[in-house]
Amino acid sequence: MNDGLSTIEKTIASDYKYGFTSDLEAESAPKGLNEDIIRFISAKKNEPGWLLEWRLKAYRHWLTMTEPNWANVNYPKVDFQDVIYYSAPKQRVKPNSLDEVDPELLRTFEKLGISMAEQKRLTGVAVDAVIDSVSVGTSFKEELAELGIIFCSMSEAVQEHPELIKKYLGSVVPMTDNFYSALNSAVFTDGSFCYIPKGVRCPMELSTYFRINAENTGQFERTLIVADESSYVSYLEGCTAPMRDENQLHAAVVELIALDHAEIKYSTVQNWYPGDKDGKGGIYNFVTKRGICQGAHSKISWTQVETGSAVTWKYPSCILKGDYSVGEFYSVAVTNHHQQADTGTKMIHLGKNTRSRIVSKGISAGVSQNSYRGLVSVSKNAANARNFSQCDSLLLGDRCGAHTFPYIEVKNSSAQVEHEATTSKIGEDQIFYCNQRGIDTETAVALIVNGFAKEVMNQLPMEFAVEAQKLLAITLEGSVG
Amino acid sequence: MLSIKNLQAGIEGKDILKGINLDIKPGEVHAIMGPNGSGKSTLASVLAGRQDYEVTGGSVEFNGKDLLEFSPEQRAGEGLFLAFQYPVEIPGLSTVNFMKTAVNEVRKYRGEEPLDAVAFLKLMKEKMALVNISKELLTRSLNEGFSGGEKKRNEVFQMAMLEPKLAILDETDSGLDIDAIRIAAHGVNAIRTKDNAVLVITHYQRLLDYIVPDFVHVLYNGRIVKSGTKELALELEETGYDQIKSDYQFA
Repeated sequence: MNDGLSTIEKTIASDYKYGFTSDLEAESAPKGLNEDIIRFISAKKNEPGWLLEWRLKAYRHWLTMTEPNWANVNYPKVDFQDVIYYSAPKQRVKPNSLDEVDPELLRTFEKLGISMAEQKRLTGVAVDAVIDSVSVGTSFKEELAELGIIFCSMSEAVQEHPELIKKYLGSVVPMTDNFYSALNSAVFTDGSFCYIPKGVRCPMELSTYFRINAENTGQFERTLIVADESSYVSYLEGCTAPMRDENQLHAAVVELIALDHAEIKYSTVQNWYPGDKDGKGGIYNFVTKRGICQGAHSKISWTQVETGSAVTWKYPSCILKGDYSVGEFYSVAVTNHHQQADTGTKMIHLGKNTRSRIVSKGISAGVSQNSYRGLVSVSKNAANARNFSQCDSLLLGDRCGAHTFPYIEVKNSSAQVEHEATTSKIGEDQIFYCNQRGIDTETAVALIVNGFAKEVMNQLPMEFAVEAQKLLAITLEGSVG
Repeated sequence: MLSIKNLQAGIEGKDILKGINLDIKPGEVHAIMGPNGSGKSTLASVLAGRQDYEVTGGSVEFNGKDLLEFSPEQRAGEGLFLAFQYPVEIPGLSTVNFMKTAVNEVRKYRGEEPLDAVAFLKLMKEKMALVNISKELLTRSLNEGFSGGEKKRNEVFQMAMLEPKLAILDETDSGLDIDAIRIAAHGVNAIRTKDNAVLVITHYQRLLDYIVPDFVHVLYNGRIVKSGTKELALELEETGYDQIKSDYQFA
């Protein structure tokens, strides 16, 4: 009577640790979406005419599109007229320092363990905090400004750097790219903008914490990072959201542009509310992330640790246009209870001697479904392109699923494309071995899972790695007992 | 220290242990020998608390406490250690990190403060020297790609780190050549004190040349059929288990 499976089913009972709501006064648009709402958002943000036109064009295109249904996920249809597309925390004057920021807001951050004051003082991380779509505090801006680095909210960038926004916005993810990116283009409220000038190595990790707050508020951020020739930047994005019973939609767009010899490292820890253990509530995370290695010898590296959301639909991709450019994708995706994730990457080799590397680690528990979906495409002109892909799945229990959908399109015979995949289960033997050394089952699972994900975790900047390790353990609490 | 009375246990409804009686005092080394299928490894698993096995009767007292009431991790905290016959592999987890977690979990169980990184490293260096193991091995993924001898040496290292009151060695010699046996045995002897005890489970006598037992017990068909001193092991080596089998076939 191997008790293994029933054992593995036991520990499914941990509450979402960040499930609190802070009481901020919001100034919202009415529910629903039409051209007037888009005009309202654009006017609220005091945007130039060309951007309003851009939004309206995206909206009109979106109306002609249908929601994609090819992903290996199931969820009730989203009613896009039941979403509030604009909600900003009310603030009388624009804050110049943290002291002027609504203390309730700061407390929210403290509960998340990201006290800005602490971060400023201890870690040297500049934080551009986004709550309900509007940036409320930006630190380190002056220090960065001395190097010519622009790091600000998207709204601010629209006002102060319109030439850059006009040039790059939608240049990697066109407004017509897909259903969600079109929607985002029409209604995005804020996000982050970052520009690293020629030859500058950004001396600190740039970081944004996103957080969904007001009820029924869809979140549509827009992030744009431009690394000019021979520059370097490492960007961190972290997310937690308060507990909600209704599903919330999140459709962000992230665009990265790396010019000659530039390098962008983009790391995400995503911990949105995944829904309760019965699959009620949770965030729908439909994100479009894409970077272009525009210049020769440029490099874009995506690292993601995905532990949250009820449904995830996300494929951070690299267009390797410049010769000798490099794209990397390191991913850990954890699903528990009723979570569904369909995630992976696309590596589009256009330039000569381009290289890409994909390391995907999927961990499934409960009755969750975890899919890797990846495309490696080598175009006719991409001589000597190389790709290595590794997709490993770890299963906890026998009611979850792990799936791999690798797509490979090679049109140049000098290309080398390798794909490796493994699937394993956490064994009762491994757990008993740990138990016998005095380690309880929960800790044992955390050790085994972190070992499994180590190759990806090692890619994370230090201050993120510790948080990410804890998140893996928290997410799987209760999945084995 | 350990008092086993009429212990009966089985797996999937099949009786394997049919009434084991055994007393072990601090400072003693006991050896349990027996042919394949006699229940040797089952005894080790039951003592360590493996869930697959069901205890159907009898009692086990460990330092005055009812051992069978404890979970496997609590038993480790109480000072029981099992050196596995087949140590498992955990990819991506180094022995160093594994042991740091284990040592501090056991300390927590005993109400002691966790060791900080400096104190842990000091303890580790001390034990590495004691059991003659390289740092290179300890920074690799736990048991992954280890040779048989390296795995067993790693078990002995872990034993040294956790300083158990009772160490159970389950067929530590299986699959090892004589040099590897000698190294493993040397490690075990190095950590023996008058306060701890060792239970060696083995099929062959040769390990007992290096870990010299005070008492030898022969396990057959779920019962201890014969007990004696180390000479009994030599005697068995001479006659083989066939004599025992024919003597106790219907016992």
